Amino acid sequence: MSESVIASQRGIDVAALQRVHFDRDAPLLEVDDLHVEFHTRDGTAKAVNGVSFTLHEGETLGILGESGCGKSVTAQAIMGILDIPPARVAGGKILFRGVDLQKMEEKTRRHIRANKIAMIFQDALSALNPVFTVGWQLGEIYRKHTEASRSQAKAKAVELLDLVGIPAAKERVNSFPHQFSGGMRQRVMIAMALALEPDIIIADEPTTALDVTVQAQVMKLLSDLQQDYRMGLILITHDMAVMADVADKICVMYAGNAVEQADVHQIYSRPAHPYSKGLLESIPRVDMKGQELAAIKGLPPVLVDPPPGCPFHPRCTFARERCQEEKPELYDVPGDRRSACFFWEEVISS
Amino acid sequence: MGRYLIRRLLQFIPVLLGALFLLHYMTVVGIQISGDPVRALFGDNPPPESVLAAMRADYGLDNPCLDRRFDPCVAMFVERLGQYATGDFGIDLRQGRPITEHLGERFPTTMRLALIAVVFETVLGIALGVLAGLRKDRFVDNLVRASTVLLIAFPVFIIGTLIQVYVGVKLGNWIRGQDSMPDWFGQMFTVTYSADYPWLSLILPGLVLGAFSLAAIARLTRTSVIENLRADYVRTAKAKGMPGTRVVGVHTLRNSLIPVVTYIGFDIGNLMAGAVVTEGIFGVPGIGQFVFQGTQNKDAGIVVGTVTILVLVYLIFNLVVDLLYAVLDPRIRYD
Repeated sequence: MSESVIASQRGIDVAALQRVHFDRDAPLLEVDDLHVEFHTRDGTAKAVNGVSFTLHEGETLGILGESGCGKSVTAQAIMGILDIPPARVAGGKILFRGVDLQKMEEKTRRHIRANKIAMIFQDALSALNPVFTVGWQLGEIYRKHTEASRSQAKAKAVELLDLVGIPAAKERVNSFPHQFSGGMRQRVMIAMALALEPDIIIADEPTTALDVTVQAQVMKLLSDLQQDYRMGLILITHDMAVMADVADKICVMYAGNAVEQADVHQIYSRPAHPYSKGLLESIPRVDMKGQELAAIKGLPPVLVDPPPGCPFHPRCTFARERCQEEKPELYDVPGDRRSACFFWEEVISS
Repeated sequence: MGRYLIRRLLQFIPVLLGALFLLHYMTVVGIQISGDPVRALFGDNPPPESVLAAMRADYGLDNPCLDRRFDPCVAMFVERLGQYATGDFGIDLRQGRPITEHLGERFPTTMRLALIAVVFETVLGIALGVLAGLRKDRFVDNLVRASTVLLIAFPVFIIGTLIQVYVGVKLGNWIRGQDSMPDWFGQMFTVTYSADYPWLSLILPGLVLGAFSLAAIARLTRTSVIENLRADYVRTAKAKGMPGTRVVGVHTLRNSLIPVVTYIGFDIGNLMAGAVVTEGIFGVPGIGQFVFQGTQNKDAGIVVGTVTILVLVYLIFNLVVDLLYAVLDPRIRYD
């Protein structure tokens, strides 16, 4: 009996992805006008409001924004792991190599996860299952996506742990997540995402739960591996410093909207949206020690009941009357960038 | 794992001694307050004092500390422990047979009853709880929640009596009246225990005994499943492209069962206590009935001897559950 027959008897359709016609010339990932809503008791919260971006091989796209701005929801919508209900993808397309993931059957789409697009989560302690060994959790990916047997899967798990720099991988493979340190756990998460050599990795705040020195190690590992495998990386974070180091281009999100999209250097040197500008100014600087930190005043809007007009206007120093009535679209700004501000010229030159 | 096992075994000793001493003290105080049980045996027609004294000596009730109210009678306790160590759990007042002999006859019946109850409450309780948890706030969930509240709200003796009347007598008589039904089938709906059908005739009492815990387990599992479905590692399992059945059946369930196993552990003790009522209703000649008769006859020997053995059983089950708990949750094992 061939291995694929055995696999299909175990309910694993290994060939599912081979029947999908991916367009090799199409961009790795295209998100077009994505809308995600949450149905809550207080009404419908529009968590993602028409976000679009494109990701190519070897490229790192940073998604920047405060908590609750829709960064993680965008990521989970791409992965197809939103809890439906209460969430609902209300519109837009998610194309992987030209194939619309939304139209794919779930039994095929589940193979896209891990095989093509993998995800790294923020808090590795809670993101790893406490009752299974690390090796088991890594091996599971091989056992459920490929024809690997238990022992083959375990051997692969050891290789992976080795790859992400875990010492004595052979012994550590039988350890439980709580026996690892925070940085090691995050390495395990990275190993998990790398298992099937996906084309895209989405890292949702991968270093937020770690202390600064470990942060740097983990980020370096992640970007090295990205270079080696020519993967597309979507890095979600609110940490401006990490972002500046790693990202090629950045999408700044505010209250479910993409408010600025640009090259990393452009954003850090001359932001074209008041919100991006505010974020940059709120980074503490050594040479400004003793002075008051320029924080963005106010709070992000309640998503169930966003303000009319531009969602940022209540907190914006550039706001005029027009901002309260009319919602700005994403305007093209010279230098292949976009800004959702009527007065982007003024913001850039300020 | 080895150190965990040894630590748990060491904890076992003080708990056992403490439980036995409390039991000893309660019966001693009972005798000190309500008077001499040997004298009470004879009612209005007491035999000569010499006979009474001889009987007291036989039953170990001649210690003068029994006349002093609230005296803990430590010497008696130590003596009793010595007897337990040699397997001597005393004799009953009326027949004068060793308690262990009575228990030997009755224990298997109660164990069968408890086993039926445990299997019933665990299998059905977890199944209902998982179903309700997965379909939170939908019809199935509301049904499970409403019916479990009903089960919890009614005391065992009411549910037991109702089931005995409606299922055992009314439905059971009808079934037993049908010629087409095999005899054993009718036994599943019997009113009383029948020694010819040691398992089948215990099914109905077993269901009654397990009813309360069934409801508790269903609710516990439901909450636990709902909580774990929101856990980050469940999201990770989805992101790894695991099929939905595996996300629930492996990643969610294993974690959800940890509190349920704890509950089942101490529930085995409750089942022994619950058996007192259930065995009474259905006339099952088990340990519960024995203790019940012992208390009614003021037979301290029966009560102390039986409860001591029940405490032992309870502690052993708890130990087993603690070990099982460590198997389920590695964080405990490797602490």
